[in-house]
Amino acid sequence: MIEVNKDNFDKEVLQSDKRVLVDFNAEWCGPCKMMKPVLEEISTSNNEIKIVSINVDDEDELASKYNVSSIPCLVLIENGEETNRSIGLISRSDLDSFIGGK
Amino acid sequence: MYDIIIIGAGPAGLTAAIYGRRANKSVLVLEAKSYGGQIINTLDIENYPANNHISGFDFATNLYNQAKELGAEIVFDKVIEITNNKEVITANNKYNAKAIIIATGSDNRKLGLPNEDELIGKGVSYCATCDGAFFKGKDVAVVGGGNTALEDALYLSNLANKVYIIHRRDEFRGEEKSVNLLKEKDNVEFVFNSNVTKLISDDKLNGIEVTNKDGSSKTIDVNGLFIAIGRIPENQNFAKLINLNEAGYIIAGEDCTTNIPGIFVAGDNRTKEVRQLVTATSDGAIAATNAIKYIDNGE
Repeated sequence: MIEVNKDNFDKEVLQSDKRVLVDFNAEWCGPCKMMKPVLEEISTSNNEIKIVSINVDDEDELASKYNVSSIPCLVLIENGEETNRSIGLISRSDLDSFIGGK
Repeated sequence: MYDIIIIGAGPAGLTAAIYGRRANKSVLVLEAKSYGGQIINTLDIENYPANNHISGFDFATNLYNQAKELGAEIVFDKVIEITNNKEVITANNKYNAKAIIIATGSDNRKLGLPNEDELIGKGVSYCATCDGAFFKGKDVAVVGGGNTALEDALYLSNLANKVYIIHRRDEFRGEEKSVNLLKEKDNVEFVFNSNVTKLISDDKLNGIEVTNKDGSSKTIDVNGLFIAIGRIPENQNFAKLINLNEAGYIIAGEDCTTNIPGIFVAGDNRTKEVRQLVTATSDGAIAATNAIKYIDNGE
């Protein structure tokens, strides 16, 4: 799982060949910390998706560009376009179906 | 067959698991979402004895690891129903126990407006300390009249451009000290005797319609709406078997016993006066101790 900022966002997210799951989070956000290990695990086990992390405190431009007003906020991006979004702490099974697009 | 099945891996449920395991009972904890319960939203816990500062996340993670290390089995699955003969039916499975402890806690009470759910994270929030930072310099409203609403409004008044407090009565249930602090703020406006009746949005929240008791209504432009009108206990799936009060709490005294022998309740979803972290863990200890007694007496 890589850390993304406004300098590498275009390259890592918008121009990615794979689908990208963007995890908007912050150090102070408990539910974000709960999600982190699960996202890490998916990141290493699922080659079909790229998972990146954005710290909203450091990257407020990206957070406001994507209208993030509550975290954890997961945004799925395909060919540079947002295709789906999930807000708040979700269970592993809900996360799997969110990623799977079911 | 487990000795004890605990429903909910929050502070009450995990504490019950610790007590159950230390008495050498087999323990299964079933959790629908994620361990920790609502305490994980708390930035800094300052009122738990002997821990003057700990984050909710660290508290929950320590407790989770403690229960696991003692041998509690923790499965993430949602409980749909429990039966009189102590069968626990989940979304994916069925389990049997000698005793059950219901420690499901509570969830945010919603306004019940049609587009409320779809605006969560797009302006609608139930946690000012979680989401307030996204509304720096913007106009926001808080709905509610209790301590949470007042504390939310105070917190937001230091971030937002303007804070409206919408309350259905003309006086607050919450502490007078907070009310006085809010009155001193230039950017706080009280809207009394009013309910939020509409959420105005395109893709995100732009405003709210507020209707006064006298029937008149007006629109207030806000980017954020913080809903602090209390919580509802998550007991709906047990209502067929377990006696609840009008507000939906499982009726039980400090001994945590319900109307069904061998089924106990622990934490915020029980009828009680004080709902705090320390009373939740306390309930966990009591419910587990009584569950152990119940099993050992061979009832």
